[in-house]
This record gives sequence, C-alpha cells and structure tokens, in this order.
Amino acid sequence: MEKETRVLDEVTIRFAGDSGDGMQLTGGQFTNTSAAMGNDLSTLPDYPAEIRAPKDTTYGVSGFQIHFGTTEINTPGDHCDVLVAMNAASLKVNLRSLIDGGIIIVNTDGFGDKNLKLAGYNQSPLSDGSLSKFQVFQVDITKLTNLALADMNLSQKVVDKTKNFFALGMMYWMFNRTLDNTIQWIQEKFEKKPELIEANTRVMKAGWNYAETTDIFAVKYDVKPAPLTPGKYRNINGNQATALGFVAAAEKANLPLFLGSYPITPATGILEELAYFKNYGVKTFQCEDEIAGITSAIGAAFGGNLAITTTSGPGVALKTEAIGLAVMTELPLVIVNVQRGGPSTGLPTKTEQADLLQAVYGRNGEAPVPVIAASSPSDCFNSAFEASRIALKYMTPVMLLTDGYIANGSEPWLIPEVKDLKEIPVKFRKDPVDYQPYQRDEITLSREWAIPGTPGLEHRIGGLEKHVKTGNINYEPENHHTMISLRAAKVERIANDIPPATVEGDESGELLLVGWGGTYGTIKTAVERKRKEGKSVSQLHLHYINPLPKNLGEVLARYKTILVPEINLGQLIKLLREKFLIPAVGLNKVQGLPFRSIEIEQKIDEILGGKQ
Amino acid sequence: MNSLIDSVVSTATVAETKYTAKDFASDQDVRWCPGCGDYSILAQVQRVMPELNVPREKVVVVSGIGCSSRFPYYMNTYGFHSIHGRAPAIASGLKIARPDLSVWVATGDGDGLSIGGNHMIHVLRRNVDINILMFNNQIYGLTKGQYSPTSEMGKVTKTSPVGSVDMPFNPASLALGSGGTFVARSLDRDPKHMQTIVKRAAEHKGTSFVEIYQNCNVFNDGAFFAFTEKETKPDTVVFLEHGKPLVFGKDNDKGIKLDGFSPVVVSLKDGSHSVNDLLVHNEKDSTLAFILANMTYNPELPRPVGIFLAIDRPRYEVEMEKQIDSAISKRGKGSLEKLLNSGDTWVIQ
Repeated sequence: MEKETRVLDEVTIRFAGDSGDGMQLTGGQFTNTSAAMGNDLSTLPDYPAEIRAPKDTTYGVSGFQIHFGTTEINTPGDHCDVLVAMNAASLKVNLRSLIDGGIIIVNTDGFGDKNLKLAGYNQSPLSDGSLSKFQVFQVDITKLTNLALADMNLSQKVVDKTKNFFALGMMYWMFNRTLDNTIQWIQEKFEKKPELIEANTRVMKAGWNYAETTDIFAVKYDVKPAPLTPGKYRNINGNQATALGFVAAAEKANLPLFLGSYPITPATGILEELAYFKNYGVKTFQCEDEIAGITSAIGAAFGGNLAITTTSGPGVALKTEAIGLAVMTELPLVIVNVQRGGPSTGLPTKTEQADLLQAVYGRNGEAPVPVIAASSPSDCFNSAFEASRIALKYMTPVMLLTDGYIANGSEPWLIPEVKDLKEIPVKFRKDPVDYQPYQRDEITLSREWAIPGTPGLEHRIGGLEKHVKTGNINYEPENHHTMISLRAAKVERIANDIPPATVEGDESGELLLVGWGGTYGTIKTAVERKRKEGKSVSQLHLHYINPLPKNLGEVLARYKTILVPEINLGQLIKLLREKFLIPAVGLNKVQGLPFRSIEIEQKIDEILGGKQ
Repeated sequence: MNSLIDSVVSTATVAETKYTAKDFASDQDVRWCPGCGDYSILAQVQRVMPELNVPREKVVVVSGIGCSSRFPYYMNTYGFHSIHGRAPAIASGLKIARPDLSVWVATGDGDGLSIGGNHMIHVLRRNVDINILMFNNQIYGLTKGQYSPTSEMGKVTKTSPVGSVDMPFNPASLALGSGGTFVARSLDRDPKHMQTIVKRAAEHKGTSFVEIYQNCNVFNDGAFFAFTEKETKPDTVVFLEHGKPLVFGKDNDKGIKLDGFSPVVVSLKDGSHSVNDLLVHNEKDSTLAFILANMTYNPELPRPVGIFLAIDRPRYEVEMEKQIDSAISKRGKGSLEKLLNSGDTWVIQ
C-alpha cells in the first residue's frame, strides 16, 4: 500500500522513557540526522536528578525534545506534536506537553501491571479511553526487538539495550529521515564489537520496516530543509560552546588556558569538555572545592594564563570572597555561572535566571564586576570569547552567565572561520624602569600585567587596600576613596567598548520586550508571532548587563511600555528601574522551566489589549 | 610554553647574580610586633635564598591572612597576600600554570590548618612542588588572642574563658596523613637548624611542609620555651637526623628506642642501653615518620624536631605536563580550526 506523505513546516518530538532506556542517545541521533538533512532545530534534554532512579517510576523518566523545521527554529518547542513513550511513567510525566490531536507512540511492553502501578495508574491509559483526543500507536517494541535478534544469541540485557533503536527506526520512517547517519555512527561507536553493530542496525531497520509495512502507520511526514545561511555547521550545546569559546580566546590572546573547577550540575560539562583538550595545552585542575577552583585560577592568572573557573549558583556563593580578591588585585579571570534553580541546592537539573543580582552585586565592599549573559547554546561561544577579551583588556574578573537550559540545549552552529575571530591583544609589562604595579592605562584604566619570571618587576599584590600607584598597603582615607572610584570607573568604561543595544522590530512603538540570557529564542518566537498579527511589539536582548550598553536609556524611552520577561521574581527589571527610573512591567515565572512562547504572547496581548 | 609568557620571562634556571640576604629584603617596613618569632623566620629565609641559586624573579611567595601572611610584603620577590586560608590553592594554580617558578607559601596554624585546612591536605596529597612554611604559634594573633586549632586543650583565651575543649591538631601527623612527601619541624629560636630545614624543603621535589614553632610574645608568650630555651631544650627536644640514632639530653645521655611500635626513653648512662640499642632515624621510612610524629604531644617523650619524612613521589604539575606532552605527541598539537570543526558537521550550500 502506498502511504500518504504530508509536508509540515515544523515538528516537535519528545522521546521519553526510563532513564536506562537510552532516550538521550535516541534524541541525539534524531537530531544529528535532521541537522544533516538541513533542518533548523533546537533541542532540550530533560533528565531526572537521580542518576538511576528506581526503574519505571515517574521520577526516573528521562526525556529529550527536538523541535525541527523548514522555518527558523528558536526554541525546543512549547509543546510536542509527537510523544514516544517507552513506559507508563514516561507517558504520565510527558502527556501534558502533548498538543491535542498529537501522536503518541507507546511501547506496550512498558504498560504491564507492574509498570502501571509504579507509574501511579489505577488502570491502563491505553484502554480506559483517557487518550481519546490523541492518535495512539501501540507497538510491542520489546517483543519485536527480541524477534529481530532471535538468531543472534545475545544476552537479554544486550537485547533490551537495543530497543530504543526500534523506536528511532519508526520515527525515521515517520519523518522521512535517512538511516545512513545513524548507521555510520553505530559503526564508529561499536567499532570493536561487530555483534553490537549488527544488532543495533538490525533493530533500527526492523523499526523502519515495521512502520513501512504494517497498516498501523498510514501517514508519513516530510519536513523540508530550512533556508539556513550557507556554510559548515555542527550541532552544539551551550557547555560545549562555552568550552570552545575559551580555547579560541586563549589562542587569539596567545596565552595558555587554565581552568580551576569543582564538579557541579549543570556546569560540569565545561570541565569535562576542556579536560579532553590536552593537546591544546589546556590545563584543567579539578579542585577540592569551589573556593580552590577560583583561587587556583587566580594563581594561574597571576602567572600569566587566561584563567577561568566554571560553576553554578551555589558555587558562585562559595567563590564570592575570591571574586573580591580578583577585583582588588585586578587580575583577569572569567567566572562562568551556569545558572540552575535556587536558592541553596534548589533544583540542580532545572533552569533559572535568579543569579543576576548575585552576579552584579553579590560581594562584600564596592566590588564591581562586568557581567555578560549568553542568549543561546551557540551564543555561549561568542560570550566566552568576549568575556575573555574584556577580562584581559581591563584586568578584571568577568562574570559570564549561562543557564541549564542553554547549557544542555543544542542547536546548529555555523562554525566560524578561525581567521574571522578577532585577535585579543595582550601585553605583559617587561620594562623594569619606573614600574608601578598600579599605574593605569589612561583609556581603559587597567593596570599592567607583570608576571612572575620577569626580571626586575618583582612586586607584591594582595587583598588589602593599596596605594594608587605603587600598590603597597595603604590605609589613607583619600587613597581608599580614590581606589574605590577607580575600580568602579574602570568597569563603567567598558561601556565604551561594547556594541550598542539593538532592537529587533520597530525603532519605536507601543511595547518593547527586554530580555537577557537564555530566554532569547522564546521571546523572539513570541514577538515574531505577534508582529505577524500586526502588533507594535519589538525585542531587545541584553548581552551586557554590567555595564549596560550606553544607548540603552535612550532606546527604552522610545517605547510606551517596557516588558521584562525573566525566570526569576524580577532582577533585570530592578536594574533597569534603578538606572533609568522607568515603570517597566515584569513577566516572571520560576518553575525550573523555560518560558513557553505562548506565555509571553499572552502577556503581550494583555498589555496591548487583545487583537489590534 | 610557546605563548606570550615566553616573551617576558627569563629562561634562566640558575641565578646569574650572586645574591645576598639583603637582595631578598623589600623596601617595606616590617610591621610585626617587636620580639615576634616571625622576624627570625624572615631572616632565615632571606639568608637561605641566595644559597638556592634560584633567579630572584622566579621566586613567588603566596600567603593567606594572619600575622604570618604579611610575609610576602617583606620579601623582595614576587608576592601575593591573598585571602584567609587559600594560599595553598593559589600557589597550586600558579605552580601548575607555571612550573618554572619557585613557589612558597607562608601560613599559620589558623590560616593553614583551620580555615584553609582543606586546601592544605589536598595540596599535600597532590604533591605539587611548593614549599609551605607553617608558622605555628598556637594562637590567633592578628585577631588578638583566640585559641587556634593547635592550641593545647584547656587553653584559656578570650573566646575560651574557662579553657578550650578541643583537641589540637598535630601538624606533622596531619601532613603525613595527607600524603605529604616532605614533613619537617623547626624552631624560631634555632636559626641554624631552621636554615638547614628551609634549604632542604626548597630542594625537595614535591610539597614541602615545614612547621615552625614561633613565639607570639604578645598573646601566647613562651608557648614553646620548654623546647627553645637552652636550659630546657636539651632534655625536651630530640633532633631527627637521617641515619643517626635518636640521642638527646644535656650530656647526650638519653636516647629513644622502639618498644614494639612505641618509642620509649632509655638512659645511656646507667649501663642498661648503648647507642646501638637506639632507634636510627630514616627519613625515607614513612611508617617510622608516623611513629616519630606521634611522639609530639606525649609528655613522657621529648619533642621531635627535624625532618620526619623526605621521599619522592610523582608531582601533580609534572604528571599533568606529561599528559599534555603525550596528547600532543599522539594527536598532534591542537589546531583551533580542527577543534571547531570536530564532531558531526554538515554543509549548507
């Protein structure tokens, strides 16, 4: 029977199963294949906090969402159109994400009495009519996988591990994807285990063939390539991009890269990534604690390295005193905070934007620190590079904010040409004549970097207040005020060295949405939809939060209403109100989840008063 | 290193100038209380420095907070007076980033063993090649006299008006237990001994931990007089010397012998024992080092002073460089172009 093919602009699929079911791998493969087929896309994994939660429980559910399309894709999708559920618990947890009329593909073997009980179902949702508003496809994936491998003499454990490839094969059929990319991946991954190459490939093809030949699936879908900017792409998540940004910055500054860090979710990925780059001379020092993470980096910065430390909110809290030391000693350093739900231990695997005020203000004394925020997974590359540039040029610690959402989420990244990356000019002091450790450059106000090993420049720095020129300990009242003012002015002057804030949309109008960090894609989606409806709404996304772009006040003044969506109780809005004395409106949600575009659209409607 | 660093730092590993102690004195006024034991430590270090033949620009002294931590300001070398307890971590980062430097840490019993205890044990286990001078005065001096983690039990201070109830650390045992490869003890009032120990610490490849008994004449005066004053010292201190029997006493009339695993004092003049019966020190023997360090708070035994242990073990920063060299020889020196283009890539025409 020839099956019908329908063409779609965009689709969101969520793969869900028990944390041992390999859903991250399945989603990752679907992503790579879709990227190679030219779709724009955005993905988000959703893992449980427990490493291996008890099997088949709702808190052990692992999910992976991919949003791909022919059009520009800015978010992993508010809702999913298709849900693959490998067991009852994964259906229960994810059903609320599915649109009405959406497709559910279930592995019926995951809906036995025990599975249902562990998931908290009294009766099977597959037979009680509760799924009537969805299109449900029931497939005994476990049994079919076993049949496909019956003659291979594999242990049941190995067989069970391949069943996610059956689901993947079905999805490849349903969305007209090639199997080639994944077959190649399987061959590379299991190079030394030919029986696993055979088993995984066979099961994936069995899934594809099953969908092709049975009557259960009548329709397949096609999502044509997106009109992406020509060039070479790779799929990248925020933590990988952050790591690469630092390696690139170190190369462009001609400095060794040193990372001092302590493992913490969701920032560990950066440390793991950089630990592999040994042949780039990268030194990763896994420390005894967060404080050693930053202080070892400060030591490396004193020694002339591009020094960084990576962490999440609780780690920043522990590093606070040392950030002040870097402010005082005026050494270059980048502190990366991959924000997660707080306070305290909070929601380690969930996202939040609640560390902004901590980044801007969270230190004892007057201790200004430049703050930069990345807006998407691939923007983490530019942000890490830019944070390094500012740290090195202004001899200051810089706080780089990302979050769990963009750190783990991934998107296609147009790989930059190395020659297009700007050089980062660094100059160490060499001349011993008239050297004064706290002599400043007239324009940047930064002091010179004089590193140990340089003959004739022996000097001492430290956390005590120091003389404005010599850097010797100094308790004079006027000197202290001068130094406080100089450190503040130095950070303020960075405003002369950053791009002006730009608006996407109209130069002026009714409503401007001002966001920062990982909400960029969601706000963009919402604003674009509303603009298509003819509404006067525009977007401004801040990458530099301290100092703010010089033109920001003037831009904000051109709009009747300023709306600030944030995944906190209103932190950027405090800064804007304080600096520009404007009556901005907040949109705040703190659920450990990213915004959904629809939530922002509703707020826009509320402000602009329905359809205009 | 092949980076911008090479454009400014000297490649010399041996000093070309013949330094004197004065070359290591900075232009800053020393501001410790008159009579403080720290003066002696500063003088001995400045005296030893020229003998080490390390180019002065390669020497960095890192400290935390406390009286001892003012040390870097008085040394005419590179110096970093940091925050409370963190000197071992800063020094580790510096040494790992720049193995060409001679990195020293000046710390105290509060800075190094209380607020910075975690960094201390970890630098010792990693065996980063830095030299730690731990000034032990058994009191918090800079905050004006509170009991410290090395204060004896029952110590009466402003924060323990009826006596402290915590057991003190024995710094040597702590250092050994943390995997220290060079663990020693010296005395502020024994300049010659301190010079020897500091020199040995500097020459040791790996973390050197030197506990120095230091008198705080303002808040804990005389805490170590029993071990440092010539009237009592011969009978209260036994000096550890590699390959030599443990003899002490005014007329070298006493010695230490092992009874099972327990050191005991024996007389060399009552005919019961001769020097041949005594424990012979071996600074390469880590088990012996524990036994000797454990003599510290035993009132029946003399206080051991000298080098407990000096052994070789792989150094963190050397092992890291080896991994980097091996990665480069296996995979070639990384090119940014290649790195950015790694993983699954695809081309959009």
